[in-house]
Amino acid sequence: MTDKHNDDTGEHGDEVARRNGHTTDVVSMDGDPVHDPGLPPHDPRPTDVDETLERRAERQVAGMFGIATVLILASCVAYLFVDIDATFLDFNASNFAIGLSLGLALLLIGMGAIQWAKKLMTDHEIIEQRHPAASPPADVAATTAVLKLGNEESGFGRRKMIRNSLFGALGALGLPTVIFLGDLGPLPGNALSRTVWKRGMRVVNDVTGVPIRPEDLEIGQLVNAQPDVLVENEDDDSGGEHTLEGTALLNAKAKAAVILVRMQPKDITPYPGRVNWGIDGILCYSKICTHVGCPISLWEQQTHDLLCPCHQSTFDLANNGIVVFGPAARSLPQLPLGLDSEGFIIAMSDFHEPVGPSFWERGGEQDVSP
Amino acid sequence: MRFLSTRRRHPLAGVVVVLLGLLMAGGLYAVVAPKSPAQADTTQQDLVEEGRKLFLVGCASCHGKNAEGIQTKAGNNLGPSLIGVGAAAVDFQVGTGRMPAVQTGAQMPTKDPVYTQAEIEALAAYVASLSPGPAIPSEEEYNAAGIAGEDLVRGGELWRTNCTACHNFNASGGALPHGKYAPSLEGVSDKHMFEAMLTGPQQMPVFSDQTLTPEDKKQIIAYVKSLHETPDYGGFSMGYLGPVPEGLFAWVVGMGALVGFAIWIGTAGVRSKK
Repeated sequence: MTDKHNDDTGEHGDEVARRNGHTTDVVSMDGDPVHDPGLPPHDPRPTDVDETLERRAERQVAGMFGIATVLILASCVAYLFVDIDATFLDFNASNFAIGLSLGLALLLIGMGAIQWAKKLMTDHEIIEQRHPAASPPADVAATTAVLKLGNEESGFGRRKMIRNSLFGALGALGLPTVIFLGDLGPLPGNALSRTVWKRGMRVVNDVTGVPIRPEDLEIGQLVNAQPDVLVENEDDDSGGEHTLEGTALLNAKAKAAVILVRMQPKDITPYPGRVNWGIDGILCYSKICTHVGCPISLWEQQTHDLLCPCHQSTFDLANNGIVVFGPAARSLPQLPLGLDSEGFIIAMSDFHEPVGPSFWERGGEQDVSP
Repeated sequence: MRFLSTRRRHPLAGVVVVLLGLLMAGGLYAVVAPKSPAQADTTQQDLVEEGRKLFLVGCASCHGKNAEGIQTKAGNNLGPSLIGVGAAAVDFQVGTGRMPAVQTGAQMPTKDPVYTQAEIEALAAYVASLSPGPAIPSEEEYNAAGIAGEDLVRGGELWRTNCTACHNFNASGGALPHGKYAPSLEGVSDKHMFEAMLTGPQQMPVFSDQTLTPEDKKQIIAYVKSLHETPDYGGFSMGYLGPVPEGLFAWVVGMGALVGFAIWIGTAGVRSKK
């Protein structure tokens, strides 16, 4: 078989194809270095000539479909009768049984179909010719003639005033589109540049809402924090301040999230304008990565590096949140801190730059430099 | 005596004699030998002194003779200062086998503890005597058994806010730069999880009791344990490490199987010569 096959595909290809009665038109150019090998001779499959093999293949295919039927029924049984809380090898037993039986059933149906096609369905070879994609010249001529006739009979090309006034009317249709769409909105205004932080707002623990005193924080401590207006706290006496809810609350929280960290004061090298933004080594930074806005709190307390888990942007929190590695282009915005009369940590203002990823209108201002 | 002498050639006689000998030797040793520190009725001062002796043998080569820390010539820590880290840090580091370290490196892996619990307590007492620091938490502070329902949900919320950035959503751990990593929390005891939050070992930040109360910590511990007790509803978890192993599996096994089927469909089958 192998030897014969090699012969067929060699330089005798054309001859072989002719000998086997194939009558395809082979386009051969003069001096074509590669001869069209034509088709190899058609030999029947074992199942075409041997009835025992044919019957065996038939049994195989029907067997696969039959087992698939049994498995499908088994999946129904599993769905109805396997306890929903039972486990099997640490998997949920019900899901495992349903998935295994149904998956195997689908696999067997597919494999049966392939086996059927390969062993038993007819085996003749077909050559499908490729045709040019363009319309036949006759169709092109007829269509052009119809269009020309239409133009002549309507006088579209002749009556220029009508034609141009129609163009004018169609052009005017663009105007309402512009004016109507212009009223979609409102425009974001400065919402991208501002957060809910403002002077005097307490920095509290996220989730628990507990306000924070500087003496609660040890060297190497990290607190995931929020402005107190956004966190529900049972012990809070500022009850009436929770004015935001729903989507507005989530949006505000997503922008206002901060992390509070404490380092050795001697390790911190603040920019001249930021010397009094911290409290005895406690600094507060936005929790939103300036690259594409992932929340970041992966802080190495010994290196002072804050890592973003999404794309490994790394910010040095001891050095004004500058980018030391990764795709982020801007420093992490820092929140100036102060203390209120009760000794709790408060913000002294909003962030001085927009938090989160860059946006078009943010313009070319890059880092806040010293 | 007749009872004994008639049985002196019994097959088990030798075994009985050996057992009696061992019992006598053991009893004699218990009476004569000096009392070990764990059994002795030591005062706190004795415990500290015992801890200092252990420290000088096992810890001082890296942490300094007075636990002041040793810096390398390049200015890196050979062993950090232990003044003020507290007893909880010692109990965590030595109790999980991270300390004593086998060699210096980016991060100390866990291993079987080298010291006994009594020795760890002595070491902790010594380090705690240097300067105030977090004490070893009591059982009722860290034991998270019985936390369920609303408290467990709150633990999950605290967990996702404070811990998942490093330890992964399912506490499977994750990579940090320069060979460091956040370890998996599977199989970590309640006490060690509590102490880790309290003391901030290695690169982990501190979560002090004032900002994350013992009750909050206990809820987090209960949630972490519930993660590992939940069966895998979604099938193979591949370590709960997220898209990297899942993608690898899909590309190698999934696509590989599809390519295999395509080859099966595409190859010409066996042909007959008849």
